[in-house]
Amino acid sequence: MRLLTGNDLKTGAVTWWTGSDWSIHVEDAADVTGNEDEIARREEASRRVNSPYAVDAELHEGSPRPAHIKERVRALGPTVRPDLTLKPADPEIGNWVI
Amino acid sequence: MAETLRYRDDQPVDHPAVTVDAFLDQSNAAAVRIEPGDDARELLPHLGRLSLVEVNFPAFGDGRGYSSARILREAGYEGELRAVGDVLVDQLAYMRRCGFDAFEPDQQLDKDDVQAAFDRWPEVYQDAADDRTPIWTKRHA
Amino acid sequence: MYKYDQYDQAMVDARVEEFRDQARRRLEGKLTEDQFKPLRLMNGLYLQLHAYMLRVAIPYGTLNSQQMHALADIADKYDRGYGHFTTRQNIQYNWIKLEDAGDILADLAKVEMHAIQTSGNCIRNISSDHFAGAAADEIVDPRPYAELLRQWSSFHPEFSYLPRKFKIAVIASDTDRAAMRLHDIGIQIVKNDAGELGAAFYVGGGMGRTPMVAPCINAFVPLDRLVTYAEACLRVYNRHGRRDNKYKARIKILVHEMGAEEYTRQVEAEYAHLLEEGVEPPFAELERIRTYFEDPLFEAGAPEEVDRSDPDFAVWVDRNTVAHKEAGYVSAVISLKPVGGIPGDATAEQMRLMADLAKDYSFDELRVMHTQNIVLPHVRKADLHALWTALDEAGLGSPNLDTVEDIIACPGLDYCSLANARSIPIAQRISERFAANGKTGTLGELKLKISGCINACGHHHAGHIGILGVDRKGVENYQLLLGGSEAEDVSLAKITGPGFDENGIVDAVETVTNVYENERQDGERFLDTYRRIGMNPFKEALYG
Repeated sequence: MRLLTGNDLKTGAVTWWTGSDWSIHVEDAADVTGNEDEIARREEASRRVNSPYAVDAELHEGSPRPAHIKERVRALGPTVRPDLTLKPADPEIGNWVI
Repeated sequence: MAETLRYRDDQPVDHPAVTVDAFLDQSNAAAVRIEPGDDARELLPHLGRLSLVEVNFPAFGDGRGYSSARILREAGYEGELRAVGDVLVDQLAYMRRCGFDAFEPDQQLDKDDVQAAFDRWPEVYQDAADDRTPIWTKRHA
Repeated sequence: MYKYDQYDQAMVDARVEEFRDQARRRLEGKLTEDQFKPLRLMNGLYLQLHAYMLRVAIPYGTLNSQQMHALADIADKYDRGYGHFTTRQNIQYNWIKLEDAGDILADLAKVEMHAIQTSGNCIRNISSDHFAGAAADEIVDPRPYAELLRQWSSFHPEFSYLPRKFKIAVIASDTDRAAMRLHDIGIQIVKNDAGELGAAFYVGGGMGRTPMVAPCINAFVPLDRLVTYAEACLRVYNRHGRRDNKYKARIKILVHEMGAEEYTRQVEAEYAHLLEEGVEPPFAELERIRTYFEDPLFEAGAPEEVDRSDPDFAVWVDRNTVAHKEAGYVSAVISLKPVGGIPGDATAEQMRLMADLAKDYSFDELRVMHTQNIVLPHVRKADLHALWTALDEAGLGSPNLDTVEDIIACPGLDYCSLANARSIPIAQRISERFAANGKTGTLGELKLKISGCINACGHHHAGHIGILGVDRKGVENYQLLLGGSEAEDVSLAKITGPGFDENGIVDAVETVTNVYENERQDGERFLDTYRRIGMNPFKEALYG
């Protein structure tokens, strides 16, 4: 599957296209295969996202997991500061990233 | 075509600018266009017959034209020096300092933004091709 | 320390308003991201892996306690309570919102700070010797020259759209503590046979994907022509530096492809021309700036003795204090490399403590080192124990300056969108390994530097031991390099062979230190032994 990601223009937060809006949680991301360019163009023009691009992903326990480690670090937060990630209480989350 | 901003009182040249190669080959052209890779110093022996030099910025991030402009002004060129192409409002003040006195941007610029850009800097740190006095000269005047 | 006058303040204030206006136009859609990007970069604002990142300039690495407090306040108010000190003596914040950036710049301007030209294809923050004004071996304080160049390069109308970024370092001693010859321009202030001061220009050094050591192109530029010569160097680069390939756009490639001799010839011709144009500041300006860098009022006859009865304290004194030009004083290094910690990170609370200690014990002055530590430059030996006690309680007392634990690491894949591999966890594992096996002290000076990609922000080419993280089919992999130095004995490290995984690279570092321990002769550092015996014994041990 393909996911569309970018950063929120105002806050810089990493965001994922859900099919109708942008979410900071990669679990909400929708498969955009075939539509990525069109959605990216439209959403960037309306300034709801900054510099969007599509990435490869696969389903992992029912949720999208980006194929490349860089996108997994982006999705969660720095591996060296678990307290600053989106899931600070999840001790297993490191295994999802690496 | 966007409007040309011109900060001179004389009449604009009424014929199109030629390339540097064409200019050096023919004796009657009074307007020339410098591309980023051209050597502005090739024009120096002929400044007397030039009334317009256009400096092309095909992409705003290519800053060679700033040096071309300053070199021409340092050599005493007093005709029109026009920045053309991908000329954006946030570059105008720096271009002006390098000696440009006309701007022909690909995209129309907002008049208020242009004014704000030229009014932005209360002082300047260094010498350039304009007549502003650098801070370090004022400090020891 | 340098103080702004009304002119400097007006320029910084104008820059804040300019950036507010640019950010507004971006948010309103008047500027595309392509148009906005170079503008925000010239104000230090990146779009990084998790958010916007703001890099704040600390000119020549010098700041006072009020400024350090302001940096702490920004960390708390706009970021997540910490900051990261960088290899170019700056600080960066990782979690910044575009809509806050103007307010942050305004807060900085209130304490005579800014983020001007901390990124972008322009002349960056001028770096210098972190022991400037304190070092026993300097011929003069290099910072006035750096400050003059700061003013010259700020908002330079001709050199704001260079082919690529441009970094300048200024030193004034034969000992190089600023990686001077690995800069686009390295300047060493020197004395000629007549006793006059001048500037030696080294041009075309750099790290990145094509590391080069800068050649000297002029051994003595008179100080009243310093700016003119720099302007000539930049003009030749702006006109002729490559713009067809961003990976070949740095001045080192121009100097290399054109040849140092031809580049020098063109610079000298431009210099002769610019001397006639008269772009040099009045010499009185340099004199004015110098008055801000006069010595603080050192106590005459300050006691030399240090009570070493506390062994932990004695180790810290031996490792983390450096000889001072004034009797009874030292420069004290605050390590930001706790074992298992993140190199260069400091919490807002730690910043405030360091600020307060600078006020109490170091004439209100701090320095940022390119090795991502903090210096209190002028500390009375008599105050060292009180200083160390306060640092140690706050987790800032690690006695590991210039040891294998004192690792330079770029932010790597944990924070950086350019990185291919994580750097910080490797640094953490290595410092833990050597703290555990107890060899940190016995290995002596050992400079270990880690980059998470070939852009080399972690200076791996200049490490006695260097580590380069690469992406091998989506998996992090680490190459090992040996024999680099950023100091006056500058050299570029060489790769040992095939790379290692995360655990393997930590073992590999231990293996090469074992070779050193077995082979070293009296007084040899790791680097000296490597230079004497060459790569083969290390390769043998690694890949055997």
